[in-house]
Amino acid sequence: MIRGGAWLALLLLVAAPLLVVLGMGFGTSSPGVPPVIPPIGASGWQGGFEAWGLVFADAYYLDAALRSLRLAAITAGLCLVLGFGMALGIASAAPRWQAPLLALVLLPFWSGFVLRLAAWVGLLRDGGWLNATLIGAGVISEPLPLLYSEGAMLLGMVHGYLPFAILPLTATLARRDLRLEEAAADLGAGRWTVFATITLPLAAPAATAAFLLVFIPAVGEVVIPEVLGAPDSVLFGRAIWGEFFQTRDWPAAAALSTALLALLLAPIALYQRLSVVR
Amino acid sequence: MTLLAIEGVTRRFGATLALDALALEIGAGEFFALLGGSGSGKSTLLRVIAGFEQPDAGRVWLQGRDITQLPPPERAVAMMFQSYALFPHMNVRENIAYGLRRAGEREPGPRVAELVALLGLEGLEARRPQQLSGGQQQRVALARALARRPPLVLLDEPLAALDSGLRERTGLELRALQRRLGASFVMVTHDQAEALALADRVAVLDHGRIAQVAPPRELYERPATRAVARFLGAANVIEAGHLALRAESTAPAYALRPERIRILPALPESNGTRARVTEIAFRGGDALVLAEADGQSLRLLLPGGAALPEPGAEIMLGWDAAALVPLSA
Amino acid sequence: MRRVALILGLVFLWAPIALMAVYAFSDSRVPFEWGGFSLRWFAALAANERLLEAAWLSLRIGAAAATLAALLGLALGWVLARHGRFAGRPIFGVLAGAPLVLPEVVMGLALLLLFVGLQAMTGWPAQRGAVTVWLAHASLGMAYVAVLVQARLAGLDPALEEAAADLGARPSVVFATITLPLIAPSLAAGWLLAFTLSLDDVVLASFVSGPGATTLPVYLFSQLRLGMTPEANALAVVLLGSAGGLGLLGWLLKR
Repeated sequence: MIRGGAWLALLLLVAAPLLVVLGMGFGTSSPGVPPVIPPIGASGWQGGFEAWGLVFADAYYLDAALRSLRLAAITAGLCLVLGFGMALGIASAAPRWQAPLLALVLLPFWSGFVLRLAAWVGLLRDGGWLNATLIGAGVISEPLPLLYSEGAMLLGMVHGYLPFAILPLTATLARRDLRLEEAAADLGAGRWTVFATITLPLAAPAATAAFLLVFIPAVGEVVIPEVLGAPDSVLFGRAIWGEFFQTRDWPAAAALSTALLALLLAPIALYQRLSVVR
Repeated sequence: MTLLAIEGVTRRFGATLALDALALEIGAGEFFALLGGSGSGKSTLLRVIAGFEQPDAGRVWLQGRDITQLPPPERAVAMMFQSYALFPHMNVRENIAYGLRRAGEREPGPRVAELVALLGLEGLEARRPQQLSGGQQQRVALARALARRPPLVLLDEPLAALDSGLRERTGLELRALQRRLGASFVMVTHDQAEALALADRVAVLDHGRIAQVAPPRELYERPATRAVARFLGAANVIEAGHLALRAESTAPAYALRPERIRILPALPESNGTRARVTEIAFRGGDALVLAEADGQSLRLLLPGGAALPEPGAEIMLGWDAAALVPLSA
Repeated sequence: MRRVALILGLVFLWAPIALMAVYAFSDSRVPFEWGGFSLRWFAALAANERLLEAAWLSLRIGAAAATLAALLGLALGWVLARHGRFAGRPIFGVLAGAPLVLPEVVMGLALLLLFVGLQAMTGWPAQRGAVTVWLAHASLGMAYVAVLVQARLAGLDPALEEAAADLGARPSVVFATITLPLIAPSLAAGWLLAFTLSLDDVVLASFVSGPGATTLPVYLFSQLRLGMTPEANALAVVLLGSAGGLGLLGWLLKR
């Protein structure tokens, strides 16, 4: 009975929406409210392939896809490197410091997602804190164009996604068998060797999972690129958002979403396999 | 009077047959041991009696009632788990009172106090399980199981987690407790010394079947099968026709206790053999000697003060015909 | 080396926050410009009715969504941990984990299309708003709760529940007296996580909300285009302060 309820929740809130998105790619854009004619109506199939044509005919969206994948990979890579170091630091701390340290990692996120982005804007813009401070100190005479760039966007992405890498990595590293590292040291391995030959390989599945946990949602990120990124830099998430809110072409948005899902199918499958709870 | 009867109980896990048409009867007020190695089925049988496993075939009767289909909460059986399974979010008092409350008892206080006194837990009532030693945890688990005065108490390897010094003392305390309460205790163990020391009767399980059920002494002196003989006291098993055996009765094989083999100055006509010493282990009270004879390994037990042979020495061994126990399988 | 990484990382995470905290008390209309100590932005915050309305809505939706997420996540985690193999289990697992990894744009669009379709077919929901946001946030949160609950249940000694049954407790009583108390901390952590996710969500709310139901993050996001006032810093301090205060309270209560 519990399983029945659980199935119901999953089918209604996860499966059904996904199926609708998949299907709506075959819908037709129309004036009116809602601005779409669904592919299946009272008289049966009435769908078309216009939206799909739009998506695949133009190299515009291919560009967007590649750019999104690249930026998401860089974000995930940076989060992994910094996150791994931080997680190792937390996991190696005395047990009574671990919870407070994790709290320190998580607390910034209670200040509010949009507010934090506003802070980055205030920090990085031409008249912002960083430039004002540097000019005031005489380091530079003209403000540096920091904001509305790929760099600013990556900064915001890493800042936002870092905890998603730190939390699972800390959990895994805290549980690792330290005796293996002790044994390696006893056999003559220096600290870096122990790290490279014992710690890292054993943490590889968790590290990969952490990478994917950042990478997959980052591919479709909308808000951070919108606030911090270059206005002409088209990313997949923004493309979907734009098709829906500006162009009001729902089938195109749905088709793009389906394409995004198809793009992420392999990483998602890999993530599901790595994160199976023993 | 039979308290528990098990009739033709079979339990399969996939391709493995854990219990093979087992039949057993346990009397009221009896301290019964289920003895066997891993995979013998003893733990599965215990879980079937408790109700955590459903047999694929067969029946379980308690006090004349067929309880095979009854779920665990409704059986008049209490179990003491190997891991003790004390509820970590409750203190000692609440743990012991748990079963009483489930029975609808509004004022468990007096009965809990009785059990605390019975098991020597005074002063620990407000503590959480994590704050107790292993021995104390075990006594709480026992008190909890005994709270509702069950006619049958199941104990899953009760002494396994204790250090050896504590094991002997706790075992005897358990038996004293059982005698005092008059309930039937069924104890699962892989330790044959424990089973022999504490139980009124022992059932030796082997691959899901009962090899033998008997009081400890009989089990030790007259094992029925090779498996039982080897399991208890590591007896020597000699096949008929080997080592010049001449026994009082005919059997496919015989068990010979290590303490019944003597070192002799000369080779006897029958029931004796030349052997070469391979290992000697002086154990204080006695000495274990391993010797090779005619392709067979023999164990001897010599008293601690006796003269011990050198490793590699050739010795002559002999035994009485009466010392040979016929094995039926 | 890892100490360095930890410190650098924490500095990186806290830098913008620290700046917001400091300049929230700055008497200057230009954000992040120091103009002397002042509490005027906190006063402005208290007077900003639209913002307060949005904040109040977000808090209510957050609590409701977290509660629904906790209930659904408990069921999901339970099935995943306890129900062994059953028909469709792989699909069950994939669906239960999907909200964790799917981009929010896709989920937002998908849920909106579902709500629109439902409205066309059944008449409900007549108007999108707080209820649809509540459902969308719950669908996100339940996946997180499920992970936490499943992990906790998997680590629970099965003998504990067997012992309870052996002592006379029926399955529902076992759950209420033994299982639930022991998984409560994970459930609470999951509730908190779902609450935080709801409070911070821009994308889902943008897709599935309706007129009159503007959540705080959506409101702030729209304000961001027009240019943020230092009120935002004051708001950040208030949020951070209450979170820190609650955390401290919880920690003190535990001791």
